[in-house]
Order: sequence, then C-alpha cells, then structure tokens
Amino acid sequence: MSEWWTYRLRDFLLFSPRTYFRLFELYNAAIWPAQLVALGLGVWILLLLRRPSVSRGRWLSAILAASWLWVAVAFHMKRYTTINWTAVYFGWGFALEAALWTGLGVFGRLTWTRPPDLARRVGLGLFVFALALEPCVGLLFGREWRQGQILGVAPDPTAVATLGVLLAASGRGRGVLAVIPALWCAVSFATLLAIMAPEAWMMAAVGIVAATAVLSARRQKSRHNAARSAA
Amino acid sequence: MAIDRLSRRDLIGILGAAAGAASFLRPWIAWASPGQAAAHSGPLLTRRIPSSGEELPLVGLGSWITFNVGEDRSARDSCADVMAAFFQNGGRLIDSSPMYGSSQDVIGYGLRKLGSSARVFAADKVWESRGAIGPSQVEESRRKWGVPRFDLLQVHNLMSWEEHLPMLLAMKAAGRLRYVGITTSDGRRHDEIEKIMRSQPVDFVQVSYNVLDREVEKRILPLAQERGIGVIINRPLRRGDLIRMVERTPLPAWAAEIDCGGWAAVLLKFIVSHPAVTCAIPATTRVDHVRENMTASYGRLPDAALRRRIASSVEKL
Repeated sequence: MSEWWTYRLRDFLLFSPRTYFRLFELYNAAIWPAQLVALGLGVWILLLLRRPSVSRGRWLSAILAASWLWVAVAFHMKRYTTINWTAVYFGWGFALEAALWTGLGVFGRLTWTRPPDLARRVGLGLFVFALALEPCVGLLFGREWRQGQILGVAPDPTAVATLGVLLAASGRGRGVLAVIPALWCAVSFATLLAIMAPEAWMMAAVGIVAATAVLSARRQKSRHNAARSAA
Repeated sequence: MAIDRLSRRDLIGILGAAAGAASFLRPWIAWASPGQAAAHSGPLLTRRIPSSGEELPLVGLGSWITFNVGEDRSARDSCADVMAAFFQNGGRLIDSSPMYGSSQDVIGYGLRKLGSSARVFAADKVWESRGAIGPSQVEESRRKWGVPRFDLLQVHNLMSWEEHLPMLLAMKAAGRLRYVGITTSDGRRHDEIEKIMRSQPVDFVQVSYNVLDREVEKRILPLAQERGIGVIINRPLRRGDLIRMVERTPLPAWAAEIDCGGWAAVLLKFIVSHPAVTCAIPATTRVDHVRENMTASYGRLPDAALRRRIASSVEKL
C-alpha cells in the first residue's frame, strides 16, 4: 500500500454503523434459539470456574472451543463476510483459537489452578460482564435488544469472556490462548471506533483492565516467590 | 468542454420509451413511487465524454459503504429505491468496485428489480494485485451487476495497473467494453496518475475533488482537459462530512442565483461547474438525499467568481 501514512482508520471502513448492527439483528433472528444454549453454557463455565481443576478445565476448554468454532463459521464466514471481505481471515483466526483450545485444553496439558485474588476477581468480572452485561450495552446507546451480542455466538463477548477465563484460573500454557482474543479486542475496537460506536471505548477498557490485571498478578506472584525464597 | 442541455420533455420521452421498449411495466410501476422526479428548473445538464462525444448527466451515484448491506432484504429494497429515484431524476452512471463488499450484488438486485439494466451507465473497477486474475474478476463483477457488458472499467487505486490496463484496453478493442479508466482517492499517487494520463489511452480518470480538497485543480484537471480525458469525481461531499459542516448555516442568498435549494446542490454544483469534470458520484442511502443531489444536474451553474465565493464561504465555516 503506497502512501500508507495518508490512510486513516475510516478509509478501511466498508459498511455503515446501521448495516453493522443490523447484521447482528438478522444473525440473532437466524440462529434463534441457539442464544439460549450459549447462555446456558456460559453459566456452566462460570460454575466450572468456581473451583478450577484439570477435569473441569477440559469441560471448560471444550465449551470455549465450540464457541470459537461456532463464531468462526456461523458469524464470520457465513454472515460477516457478506459486508466485510476480511471476515474470512477473522474466521480462520477464530477457528485457530478453537483448535488451540481443543489441542491445549481438551487433549493437552493445560493446568488449572487458583490465581492470585486480584487476577481472579478481574477475570470473573470480565466473564460476568461478557455473559450478562455486554448483550445489553447497545440499549444504552439507543439500539434494539434484537441487536445484542451474546457470549458464545457473537465475537466480542466470546473474546472478552475468554480473556476473563484465562485470568480467573491461572496455570501454564494460557499465554498462547490469549493472543487471538486480545487481537480481536483490538480489531473490534478499531471497527467500532471507525463507525463511531461508543462501545469502542468499552473494548479498549476491557483490554486495559485485562492487561493491568495480568501485570499486577505477575508482580504479586514474583513478590510472593521472593518472600518464599527469603523465608 | 460544452455543456449540452437535454430538455425535460426529451428526458421524459426517453424514459417513457425505454420503459415501453423493455416491456417491464410492472417493475416500472413498482418503483415509480420512491423514484418520483423532483420538480427541477430547466433541462437536465449533461457533459460530453471527451473520447466519444457521448453525453453523460453531471451527477452519478457512488456505492462505497452505502450499498454494502449484505443479505439484508429490506436494506436492499431501500437501495433499489435510491436507484429508482436516481434514474427517475435523470441519473445514469453508477460506480462500484469489487472492494465494496456486497455493493455489486446490491446494484444487480436493484437493476433487476427496476428493470433498468438498459438505462444504467455501468462503471466498475478491477481491484486485484495479480494481473492473471483480472479477467475472471471482471466477469464475476459483470455477473453480479447482471449487465451484458460494462460501460466503464477502471483500475482501482492503480493496483497493478501495468497488468490490468492492457487487458482492459484489449476488451475495449474487442467491443466488450466501452471505456477504460484509472482511479485514486484522497489525493494519493497523483504523480503516477499524471504519468498514466500522459502515456496511456485512458478515457476516464477518477479522483477526489470537493470544495475543500482542491489539489486536482492544479495539475490533474488541466491535464485531463488538455489530453481529452473524462473526469469522475469521488468524495464530492467528503462522505457527508461537508454536509454536516454546513448544515446549520443558512443557505446564502446567492444560492438562488444557481437554482440551489440546499447545501448539497451548492457543493455538487461547485464541482460539476469545473469544465474538466464529467460527472460527480455522491453516495447515499436515502431517497430524499439522492433527489437533492440530482438537483445539481439542473438549473444554472456557478461561474468562476461564484465558485470562488462558494469555496471561501465554506472555508470560513
């Protein structure tokens, strides 16, 4: 792309805000009542997070893998691609995340332990936000409830909830699982900013909160390790 | 470049004959309501395409963002209503690109619904980095539009133009295309555009031009006049930003001197009154907006003094 410095975010926008949110309305109508199943699975994940363990982690990973695969195919590749040709690549990214959760979480050696309190609280907070509040956010800005984005079937709450899960239960192997959700938060922030939707700042806040929690948890853990070594 | 005037009576006659010849009475009646012609002062203003002498109305219709509505049936019908109003008010040139998501499909949907394939001046683009894929992309675009052939194909943002231009010129030589062009937007790659205008037999160049972005006045527009190249103007209203900028300001009294009832018409007349400009292509999702845009194709145009006044008035806001 020549003269790339002259391009602004809006130059990459292909659709209007109305078209974008209407896409979710039509998608929700087409997949109903899959949303109820997705919400039920979300509640189940919340219950599994209460006491993380290897076996619970496998169930949780299977649910998240299924959610990412569903969003990859049913949303990105089948519907979003009708207004955004880059959605095919997003679909492949989401399918890769599903494969990672399957490989590392269901069949792999992803460990699940209780993290430091701060990270756990932030993680659970992000998950509850994605499960219960994110579908209603549009109402605050005058949009219809039919356009709500539901965890497990829509990309934004699925990415936010996944970051929440990764914060709420610590253990090895989760860094790689956080890359695609974090990237999606950035992509969604850019898209929402380009269409001047206030939710853009919500996605930015999620990213900042998650990053701060990760850094704080690391600091807390290193202090803890230092204290143990000194003792 | 002379401006030729087609009388309103002639226009109505042509539209009626086209409708009758097509024998598509039902779709005609179906879109007559949203597309009812506004009351215009005087004849439809057209300008000659330099390379052929064919007349083209001064205002066309863009489709970037506005027509990319995917599979949404009601939004597709709204776009068809916009196209109906556009045709009913004398419009002909519709511009799209494979880059614009579902816009080509939506235009095809509208043309089928309205039975207007014969009326449209179909302008599309090649947008592909690999030269070998160009012909199949053109065929795919044509299938989406549902037209027998394109009137104009342009190399989108000069992407791989060295490979695509020979293919388009060969299509034109074979009678499978009427005009060939190149495009850019927002003032990018003007040096290269100039080089191509000087060295290649293109019929059209598409560039950005509006009351605040007037870079093309320096070299591109004079060169187009000199070389006999038609000019299509994109971003004529800066994607609506110019309208939002001026809408709270009362329309100056001088707007009546050029038969303008609103700012959109003033801003478009500023553009199409430049003698090098063949056609401006504002995009919209609204029937009332397309009707207002089309009023720039009627009535008096500003002279050089009034053009300067329009520019300075908007710059002060």
